[in-house]
Amino acid sequence: MTPPNSDASAPKARGTTNNAATSADGVERKRVVNASITLGAAVGVTALSFGLAAVSAGASVWQACALSFFTFTGASQFSAMSVVGAGGSLGAAFGGAALLAVRNFVYGLALAGRVSADNDRRQLSLPRRLLAAQFVIDETTAMTTAQTDNRLAHTAFWVTALSLFVTWNLGTLIGALAGSVLDTQSLGFDAAFPAAFLAMLPAHLRTSRGRLAALTGAVVCLALTPFVPVGVAILVAVVGVLFGVRP
Amino acid sequence: MNLTDSQLWWLIGALSVTAYLLKAVGFVIVGGRTMPAALERCLALIPASLLAALVVKDTFTVAQDVVIDARAAGLVVAVFAVWRRAPFIVVVVAAMAATALVRAFA
Repeated sequence: MTPPNSDASAPKARGTTNNAATSADGVERKRVVNASITLGAAVGVTALSFGLAAVSAGASVWQACALSFFTFTGASQFSAMSVVGAGGSLGAAFGGAALLAVRNFVYGLALAGRVSADNDRRQLSLPRRLLAAQFVIDETTAMTTAQTDNRLAHTAFWVTALSLFVTWNLGTLIGALAGSVLDTQSLGFDAAFPAAFLAMLPAHLRTSRGRLAALTGAVVCLALTPFVPVGVAILVAVVGVLFGVRP
Repeated sequence: MNLTDSQLWWLIGALSVTAYLLKAVGFVIVGGRTMPAALERCLALIPASLLAALVVKDTFTVAQDVVIDARAAGLVVAVFAVWRRAPFIVVVVAAMAATALVRAFA
């Protein structure tokens, strides 16, 4: 699969912008590609811990791999396996994971104008847009929206997407294989879940609104746990988002 | 785990379809339009609430019971590692190691 802004099409796109900026563009492009691949490597390590955690929660190696390949959105995958591992129902596991995936809808809106049209502002073909949609996640959104230039945004999106897709799936496979031959309980692999969620949290605590929402989520979850089926406290904890109502 | 193997496959299928639709609807169909500001603010807070709830659930509960066990030691170490801006894998491995150590000696 070739990204739409591969080298073959780049000179044409450059012709429509500023020729004097061509070599500076090359440097910028290299910087974006390097950053995207570095991010992919870091995400591969996260995938290792997902593979381990999924198997310790009761999934098979193939189930862990299928989640990473088809669902391909980390926090939701961790959430689903966390609820399943704790003995939650199918509905409770699905609900929390689906709520976490809602942010990808917001990312899709933000990325549509940057990625769904090519450098000459033509719409990408429908099959290509449908393929790109699978890669609308935290990391591609961050890398793409950070670029000021539309062509660099394209490069950032596709290189990040492909680099993450490869490392995320490879990491999951290796982690799951390792988890299936190790004693996951005595090695403390169940502690990988809260640690992973904690590591994902700081980006959402930068505003006072975010901190209030997090505190509410934690308190509601703990307070409701004895009274509702496993996993349902997670769903109710989403009331924390109501701190977003007032301007 | 209380789910059967086939139930787990159903979960994976349902979640994959839902996640893909959520990604694709805004990206392919709705495109560039904006939502009411209050709704946008609320949606942006979902990860904060849910991730914090998941941390608490995975550390302090077993099924419907609220407990303090070896995982709490893992959380303390993880909080320290996150505060020191340690990489993801360091946070996870440190938490697992602390939990395993407490289990081995307690």
